[in-house]
Amino acid sequence: MAHYKVKKTIDEINRKIRGGKVVVVTAEEMVDIVKATGPEKAAREIDVVTTGTFSPMCSSGAFINFGHTKPPIKASQVFLNGVPAYAGLAAVDIFIGATEPSIDDPLNKVHPGQFKYGGGHVIEDLVSGKRVELIARSYGTDCYPNREIKKQIRLKDMPNAVLMNPRNAYQNYNCAINLKDDIIYTYMGVLRPKGDNANYATAGQLSPLFNDPYYLTIGLGTRIFLGGAQGYVVWAGTQHNPSVNRGKNGVPLGPGATLMVMGSLKEMNSHWLVGLSILGYGCSLAVGIGVPIPILNEDLAKYTGISDEDIFTQIIDYGKDYPQGKAKSLGEVSYAELKSGTITLNGKTIQTSPVSSYVRAKEVAETLKEWIEVGQFYLSQPQHPLKDI
Amino acid sequence: MYSKVVLLRFPREIVNEPIVANLVKRFDLSFNILKATIYPRKEGMVVMELTGNRKNYNAGVKYLGDVGVKVENISQDIRRNEERCFHCGVCTAVCPTGALYIERPEMSVAFEKDRCSACELCVIACPAKAMEVNFDRALLDS
Ligand code: SF4
Ligand code: SF4
Repeated sequence: MAHYKVKKTIDEINRKIRGGKVVVVTAEEMVDIVKATGPEKAAREIDVVTTGTFSPMCSSGAFINFGHTKPPIKASQVFLNGVPAYAGLAAVDIFIGATEPSIDDPLNKVHPGQFKYGGGHVIEDLVSGKRVELIARSYGTDCYPNREIKKQIRLKDMPNAVLMNPRNAYQNYNCAINLKDDIIYTYMGVLRPKGDNANYATAGQLSPLFNDPYYLTIGLGTRIFLGGAQGYVVWAGTQHNPSVNRGKNGVPLGPGATLMVMGSLKEMNSHWLVGLSILGYGCSLAVGIGVPIPILNEDLAKYTGISDEDIFTQIIDYGKDYPQGKAKSLGEVSYAELKSGTITLNGKTIQTSPVSSYVRAKEVAETLKEWIEVGQFYLSQPQHPLKDI
Repeated sequence: MYSKVVLLRFPREIVNEPIVANLVKRFDLSFNILKATIYPRKEGMVVMELTGNRKNYNAGVKYLGDVGVKVENISQDIRRNEERCFHCGVCTAVCPTGALYIERPEMSVAFEKDRCSACELCVIACPAKAMEVNFDRALLDS
């Protein structure tokens, strides 16, 4: 156990929230504070650092119970606005996944496909209060004789709807280029031939898991900003990889930890859940997530003080290497370089574009900061730390 | 995938030929007729949206020219739906003229209409479908 000069608990911070005395800053603001005062003083002065990200998050979806009909149905095939939902659950329970395209989508038959409507769009439409066409079919049973229903349904008509995302908020991600001679269309955007441009994801210094690189404060039950409402971290996300290579500052140099998150869809809003059509790739959902980091000691002040200059990722060729499953680093770049608009690889200057929204990431962090300041949001004690998963 | 609104003028001699059907059959294009008129002197005018892959689109337009149809591009105007744009930056990777670019240090995405060539690359690349094509609707009402 380290001997910290500053020791705070989550309970103490929550008391400060209740008393209106909590000091909250965003991860962007924390950079300068730690630079100016050093981690120890910053840890005494700052109680919470808020983070944020707003990005395509393919591993997202919603569990829905659409309510029993008369006569009842044991749905075995379900469509929402023509998008298939998984119905291999109890009678009227379904899961709608963000990347599921509409049943009549031409996909990549005319390449690059446009993927105009899918599960992510269904989720956005539901959250924005629109009516969605529900079709459910069944083989009929003695207790559930109905074989088909078709009706318009709104989120508020559904007994239960929970956003449940198996993998969000990746701690770091690749910078993608294309070394082939032809243009390619990827989940990292459009990549022009011969390494002509480079695309990168994540909000860098604002991104949740860069600010607590060893997950000292995050775990099962951490209350977070999710889709405009309060949600929770429920487990490590799929492909969670805490044993990734790290820099001297502890920050992963490639894809590391991930979060599985959950929250009530009924409380969310469509500013923070946007259905996406990724050219030549598929449908997805952009999700707004923010994690509050309690500054319990000077180490957490140091970690949250990290800036884009201190965070690095690897340049990966999505033209030849990645599709063969042989992704290897062609070079390392910092987020400060990526955000500057150009990087240099083998002496060549390459234009960079982000695929995550820094503007919205900042808005998440600022919204969460405000919620905590006005006492709408309290920090929770994780029940099982992510570092032990 | 490529899609454009064009105005076709059919001379009198070929008004009755199955030209549009040939576009579908031979060039695998789909169409959406927005307006069709036959003038008193028996010339035809059709405004339609032609969709297909770019190579087929070009071949189809060449075919139209070869059979005597005059093809005019309708001036299209690109607009950004500010409600839908979430400033991700994906479009800045495809915009050839720099009409879409990132403002630093905010990292917001600016759209300078004056520099836009209406190439429509951003329209299909934008994941939020925030870039919209508008054409001169006055043509349909005339
Ligand atoms: S790609 Fe679309 S959503 Fe993203 S910045 Fe461009 S216009 Fe806005
Ligand atoms: S239409 Fe072409 S030139 Fe105009 S903003 Fe879009 S990509 Fe840029």
